[in-house]
Amino acid sequence: MQSENNTQSARVEKPLLSLQGITKAFPGTLANDNVGFDIGHGEIHALLGENGAGKSTLVKIIYGVLKADAGEVIWDGQAMTVAGPAAARQRGIGMVFQHFSLFEAMTVQENIGLAVTDEKDRKILRQSIIDVSHGYGLPLDPDRHVHTMSVGERQRIEIVRCLLANPKLLILDEPTSVLTPQEVARLFETLNKLSSEGCAILYISHKLHEVQELCEHATILRGGKVVGECNPKVETPRSMAELMIGDKLTPPERNKPDLSGAPTRLEVSNLSLPSDNPFGVDLDKVSFAVKGGEILGVAGIAGSGQVELMAALAGETVIADNDDCVRIDGNAVAAHGPGKRRHLGAVFVPEERNGHGAVPAMTLADNAFLTGFRRMNLIKNGLIQTEPTEAFANDIIQSFDVRTTGPAAEAGSLSGGNLQKFIVGREVRQEPGVMAINQPTWGVDAGAAAAIHQQLIDLSGRGAAVLVISQDLDEIFAVCDHICVMAEGHLSDVRPIGDVSVEEIGILMGGLHDQAASPATSQAEA
Amino acid sequence: MIRLEPRQQHSQAMIYLSPIIAIILTLISGLVIFSLFGKNPVTALYTFFVMPLTTVYSLTELLVKATPLILIGVGLSIGFRANVWNIGAEGQLTLGAIFGGGLAIWFHDSESIFLLPAMIIFGAVGGMLYGAIPAFLRTRYGVNEILTSLMLTYVATLLLSFLVTGPWRDPGGYNFPESRTFSEAGMMPIILEESRLHFGSILALFAVIGGWVLMGKSLIGFQLKVVGLAPSAAKHVGFIENKLIWFSLLVGGGLAGIAGVSEVAGPIGQLLPSVSPGYGFTAIIVAFLGRLHPVGVVFAGLVMALTYIGGETAQIEIGTPAAVTGLFQGILLFFLLASDVLTSYRVRFGKPQAARGGAS
Repeated sequence: MQSENNTQSARVEKPLLSLQGITKAFPGTLANDNVGFDIGHGEIHALLGENGAGKSTLVKIIYGVLKADAGEVIWDGQAMTVAGPAAARQRGIGMVFQHFSLFEAMTVQENIGLAVTDEKDRKILRQSIIDVSHGYGLPLDPDRHVHTMSVGERQRIEIVRCLLANPKLLILDEPTSVLTPQEVARLFETLNKLSSEGCAILYISHKLHEVQELCEHATILRGGKVVGECNPKVETPRSMAELMIGDKLTPPERNKPDLSGAPTRLEVSNLSLPSDNPFGVDLDKVSFAVKGGEILGVAGIAGSGQVELMAALAGETVIADNDDCVRIDGNAVAAHGPGKRRHLGAVFVPEERNGHGAVPAMTLADNAFLTGFRRMNLIKNGLIQTEPTEAFANDIIQSFDVRTTGPAAEAGSLSGGNLQKFIVGREVRQEPGVMAINQPTWGVDAGAAAAIHQQLIDLSGRGAAVLVISQDLDEIFAVCDHICVMAEGHLSDVRPIGDVSVEEIGILMGGLHDQAASPATSQAEA
Repeated sequence: MIRLEPRQQHSQAMIYLSPIIAIILTLISGLVIFSLFGKNPVTALYTFFVMPLTTVYSLTELLVKATPLILIGVGLSIGFRANVWNIGAEGQLTLGAIFGGGLAIWFHDSESIFLLPAMIIFGAVGGMLYGAIPAFLRTRYGVNEILTSLMLTYVATLLLSFLVTGPWRDPGGYNFPESRTFSEAGMMPIILEESRLHFGSILALFAVIGGWVLMGKSLIGFQLKVVGLAPSAAKHVGFIENKLIWFSLLVGGGLAGIAGVSEVAGPIGQLLPSVSPGYGFTAIIVAFLGRLHPVGVVFAGLVMALTYIGGETAQIEIGTPAAVTGLFQGILLFFLLASDVLTSYRVRFGKPQAARGGAS
């Protein structure tokens, strides 16, 4: 084992980081099983894998947040025991997490200053921030308050915070989920520059196009084990996806529907909704319509108002003084709660599965009842009908290939992909006329994602209006007929999928923040 | 360092075993405590926990004590499922006693068969009104119901005290702080000869069946459970939390109010400055010991009733202090909570990030 790793690492003279036989167990799962690979100086290395493949655990071990049960982390030729993230940073490892740790009410400089302990560094902090951020194409104003900044700009703070420590290895966990395509391109320039200066990058992602564009080496994890190494430049996204899931991938099939003469089933007109949270997003005159048989995609980076829109559609937020602004099959419902909307044949799937779309501590039968009791007639004489409820749950489990022990299983015992299949199946099985779904395949494995996409397409084929809100442009381009973009609570015009380029969508996704910064916007709109 | 680490899987069996483990541990602690008192621990435990079960009369007394505990426990367990923490059942019981007992005092020479049903309804209304105050404050102003319901308990006790020392004092009672005794028509009928077992136990039985159907089979019971487990999911499907808070406090208050009537029209027969030895608080333990399930509440109510009876028996037989009853109730709650914690968590020793040897 040892000698194998050594011959492998001969590829690079002396690897910057070498992982050997890393094993880490959690109660019930083996998150990392004998994982080993090398990262050379200045190498951009991708770590690929589905949710639950063990990527996060591995990265936390490198960064010192977790300690491995077995195996060695060799840094610059020396075995190291990282005592914690602070020690890791001192050795030159920087990490940008998927979820930022920034104080919204403080300025950029104050946020970065929190991590600086040396008094000398503190004095030149302001100038350092300006120098580093401009030097790497990540311009930042040290005096701006974080809550006024877009998510992409916030990510810059995190990256600059790492760069100030002159890292030799920068770890990025799913960095592009909050970025527009233009911001992604800019980030990649920065990363390439860092790489050319000798800083290695460990890039964790499941977006295969990006990995292909950026990385020269990829390690693929599945079920905690390394199942392959490849050069993404010579692979196709499909071949890498199949390595990730260990199975053949069937892309969803979609015939272009004829929408002429189809009735409008979901209509939103001039929906304005101030947020009750000071850092939330206000919806501003949102208008769109979805016809029967149509799938409309709402693109946008995270936190652009998608959650607020979904709450207003599902009836979690009720707009008492403007009943007309949401119509389901012509009926005004904005002033009514979820009950009436579901009664009219609309179903909704929120982004968060645990505790929002489903109750983890309840059985699948109870969870089937949760949204299905009205349309599936599961109440008789005021009493819950146990047998029909179980039959309904069983039907969902069978028809949608949910891997579980049965209707009596707790929802919380299912994997993310299986639970999402169950939730989508629960709504689709009610044969709705309108379906709105937020992030249909977030954190879902590729196989389950393909199945969910097919369900949405089939549902629209049966005449339902489907609204897909997603931050994943590939997903929208794969399933939708029309697309619009949400940015800072505004919704763009609806365009047919074939008529827009990813670049145009990206400009719209940037919203006002980008318009100020990039002259490209005015060109595109001219 | 000692840490608690969440368990991946919760043992289903442990949920039902933990009350039994708690009872066993309480008995073991009892052995130690009685030894420290200088009593023979075996005799003492026998006197406390077994002797009350050996005669028919003491068995009926057990049911008499269990009746209010079960009535209140069923109501509380409904609210606790929805995370509505009504801990003021003692006050709602007192208001029930005042409303129902007030009616009996007003019509003290009535022989109408409608007097008792009217008293029960009045008692329920009294408890509900008293539960409505925390419900209103919580749903309207977001005031924590734990504080309001608890503090209102002391207000209720003082109100009762004021009534029996003032306006409702028995005119022929030599200035003792107590009301007239209720007429025959205002008393719970005895359902077993030669005992104090009364109609209130039948009411408790109905409450258990009603609670069981409500929580197991009805939509509102389902809504209560969803709100308790996942408030966002409840909002998503349109279950209205405020409505469920009202429901919980009204049902809990109403059943506590009925328990209050059943006490003053049952074993007591008049209004006294104190009409309950803390049944409203003990019922909180009953609800949790019974796993927030109406049928479990029956068993838990009987166990807690035994601590009351056993305490009295032990006072008479071996001269232990009256506080022993409260002591045992507290120990039982402590062990119950402890075994519940250990059902959901495991104890780990050592530093959080320390590697565990011999991983699978």
